[in-house]
Amino acid sequence: MSRANWEVVIGLETHTQLNTASKIFSGSSTAFGAAPNAQASPVDLALPGVLPVMNRAAVERAIRFGLAIGATVAPRSVFARKNYFYPDLPKGYQISQYELPVVQGGTLTIRVGEGDKAYEKVVRLTRAHLEEDAGKSLHEDFHGMSGIDLNRAGTPLLEIVSEPDMSSSAEAVAYARALHALVRWVDICDGNMQEGSFRCDANVSVRRPGEPLGTRREIKNLNSFRFLQQAIDYEIQWQIEQIEDGHKIQQATVLFDPDSGETRMMRSKEDAHDYRYFPDPDLPPLVIAAEWVDEVRRAMPELPAALAARLQSDYGLSAYDAAGITASRETAQYFTDALAIAGAAQATQLAKPLANWVMGELAARLNREERDIAQSPVSPAQLAGLVARIADNTISNSIGKKVFDALWNGEGPDADAIIDAQGLKQVTDASAIEPIIDEVLAANPKSVEEYRAGKEKAFNALVGQVMKASRGKASPAQVNELLKKKLGG
Amino acid sequence: MSSPETVKSLAAKLAAGEASAVELAQDYLARIRAANAALNAYVELNDEQTLTEARAADALRAEGRAGLLTGVPIAHKDIFCQTGWHARCGSKMLESFAAPYDAGLIERSRAAGLVTLGRTNMDEFAMGSTNESSYYGAVRNPWNTDHVPGGSSGGSAAAIAAGLAPAASGTDTGGSIRQPAAFCGISGIKPTYGVVSRWGMIAYASSLDQGGPMARTAEDCALLLNAFAGFDERDSTSLQRPAEDYTRALAQPLAGLRIGVPKEFFGDGMSADVRAAVEAALATFRTLGAVTVEVSLPRSGMAVPAYYVIAPAEASSNLSRFDGVRYGYRAPEYGNLDDMYAKTRAQGFGAEVKRRILIGTYVLSHGYYDAYYLQAQKVRRLIAEDYEAAFAQCDLIMGPTTPNTAYRIGQNDEDPLAMYLGDIYTTSINLAGLPGMSIPAGFGADGLPVGLQIVGRWFDEARMLGAAHQFQQATDWHLRTPEN
Repeated sequence: MSRANWEVVIGLETHTQLNTASKIFSGSSTAFGAAPNAQASPVDLALPGVLPVMNRAAVERAIRFGLAIGATVAPRSVFARKNYFYPDLPKGYQISQYELPVVQGGTLTIRVGEGDKAYEKVVRLTRAHLEEDAGKSLHEDFHGMSGIDLNRAGTPLLEIVSEPDMSSSAEAVAYARALHALVRWVDICDGNMQEGSFRCDANVSVRRPGEPLGTRREIKNLNSFRFLQQAIDYEIQWQIEQIEDGHKIQQATVLFDPDSGETRMMRSKEDAHDYRYFPDPDLPPLVIAAEWVDEVRRAMPELPAALAARLQSDYGLSAYDAAGITASRETAQYFTDALAIAGAAQATQLAKPLANWVMGELAARLNREERDIAQSPVSPAQLAGLVARIADNTISNSIGKKVFDALWNGEGPDADAIIDAQGLKQVTDASAIEPIIDEVLAANPKSVEEYRAGKEKAFNALVGQVMKASRGKASPAQVNELLKKKLGG
Repeated sequence: MSSPETVKSLAAKLAAGEASAVELAQDYLARIRAANAALNAYVELNDEQTLTEARAADALRAEGRAGLLTGVPIAHKDIFCQTGWHARCGSKMLESFAAPYDAGLIERSRAAGLVTLGRTNMDEFAMGSTNESSYYGAVRNPWNTDHVPGGSSGGSAAAIAAGLAPAASGTDTGGSIRQPAAFCGISGIKPTYGVVSRWGMIAYASSLDQGGPMARTAEDCALLLNAFAGFDERDSTSLQRPAEDYTRALAQPLAGLRIGVPKEFFGDGMSADVRAAVEAALATFRTLGAVTVEVSLPRSGMAVPAYYVIAPAEASSNLSRFDGVRYGYRAPEYGNLDDMYAKTRAQGFGAEVKRRILIGTYVLSHGYYDAYYLQAQKVRRLIAEDYEAAFAQCDLIMGPTTPNTAYRIGQNDEDPLAMYLGDIYTTSINLAGLPGMSIPAGFGADGLPVGLQIVGRWFDEARMLGAAHQFQQATDWHLRTPEN
């Protein structure tokens, strides 16, 4: 069996929890982690006679998203009731949008893969609609009974539906990551996947090239990129095996079990609910005036794609670097702050090394210490100062790392102060470097001999010795040049 | 015979210091205790609660802060959530339920200083036209206790007709204020959809439900509507409009008023005595200077079928919350979760409610939605267009409220469709969202009251109330009581 003979078709439905202070149809708080049912008002409890009132802030976030993906923000959209019984669904229906969603169409450009194999792809979006979340059923700690926590009931969600434009788990993950970055970029969702603020359902099918679309199965509720990848890969493999074994794929909803790495069936098409959608008579159609959309547009931040293009055209960053810097709004903010501090005259020259530092040393260190870039101990100004000193040859790149550590540990207010205090200024004066070279050559006759016998490696060992003896301060370029001269002479 | 008490006469007594709110409340509570067992109009009485409200009203008056209605007693339909009282909505499902909040109408009633006498009986979840579907027993018509008072606001209508309340709140989804008003010989108005808040009013069919006042006279209805109407930000279908004085047209003469009489409202199903009474009433209007013109509402026949698709569809969804999980009735014994739902709802709801949930679930089902629900919504638009066309030729539309006088108790037990067809003149008004009222217009051959229905343009309640008041100045049907 080989996957080479198969085409994979994937579409994603993503539930993003909107970061409003209160719920979508009631005034209750949406804060995470309160005592069970402490944030459940009569509306959230669906007591008799209560009514929903639309939260304007949730609509505003939907507009922001629509603008971010170049979609149509519907001037008129309709809330519908999705009817089914479940203990954590207090009204016996979920208020959602069905036939006329608030956001229609749009695209998201994703970058897949790395290095030479990297490519871009435009994923089309079908729609995004506003709806309310359900509560939670708690099946532990109740002596065989179930508990219901309605704190989450009524939390605003934007369900974002893609077209089935992805053809591998890598593309699906790239889409999910890009979407995750975008909703945080335009500040409509905190993106916290552990708390369930961003969760994906993946519709997966396979077919032989040229054949019509296969039957899809929907993997529900994937709340990490890793699970998304694993679940899709497992599902693809499973479907191919089924078909190659002569079975037909039945439409179904499945769950992914992270422990076993497998998907298992939750319900078949036959068990599917008839949700009996109809327009909610408690809510008039949602009418969004063009003026409101304009107002939201004016307050929009520069979008990642636009910023990435600008970083390439104005500062000569590569597409790869520009994508990395704009992968999150915080990283982009950090980078553009640092550029601004470097000043217009220097920015073009410093942009590339700054990008390397931000995505290299800084990212690695933040990652290691599990910190967000917004809480970086090394400020954009400090990093800009450091990179400027490397660029003007005051220090070497490797001494730069030493200075970075010192800044991280708060050993000085800026790179210059640390360079001065610790005497790290690069030595470029030949008269200061030559004695060190002489000492090293005298102490390593074997390496000298090997080099003369044609071993290039021996030369590098000697450079290393000189650098070490200069405590890293000697200019590597200078050392190279002088050493060559002496050995060749 | 002395004239029966009205909201206006009681307000005057209170203002003149001839009676206190506590005395009025005690007087009514004594009458209720004497007569309610025979009528079953009230389902909850709480003397202490009533007297607390009455004392507060008297205190306000003593401080010189009384409004026009402060201290006047009122009965509230058991559909409105009201702190201090149960809100059982005529159902076993809500036998234990007491709301922790006031409905919008209740808040306004309190703010006006009205004193709650008790909670009136109703068809279960407002589904019914006879008040026989109440879990708390049928209400009897004070004019003849073998007959129904109409429904669903039957308790409110019976209480007023029997002198057990000068006024009451009601709700009207397909005629539930107007039809019991007609059957009991009182006045009642269903305002334009959106005029009275639906917050805290237990929903039957959200796009049709509208609260309103019931009283003996049109003038009382105007005074009460002044208290009840107004924007409520908690109800997204509530309309934001400038405050309005619904009494402003009461004194207006009717000369030149154009009354449209829909020919479709005088068709076959109508009984001869109702026809005679309504035609006599129209003749009275002509003597008062109005002119009657024949109009046509060609889609009238579609109103009942459209109503019995849309209302049950919304009801089937609205009543899903009664699932035994969070409050209200839960079956004492059950197996799994589905069994809990099934038994709770099988035991907690009565037959008429179950029938409408079944109809509503069916018409919303995949494959039937377009043929029923969507089609009914189209009919609904056409019906509204019919009214708009008719109102191009007239200022008000008048006709019978019901084709017959009050049914005998048990008359429709085997034939719910016959009961549904009795809503033939009332449902179209809800479908169009128009204001409609019923006022007493005489009696049938059986001695039971006949109602005249008055329909206005959207937000034209003041004109309707004015015409009704002028009619009541010229007639005394509204002053008749079962005792005289």
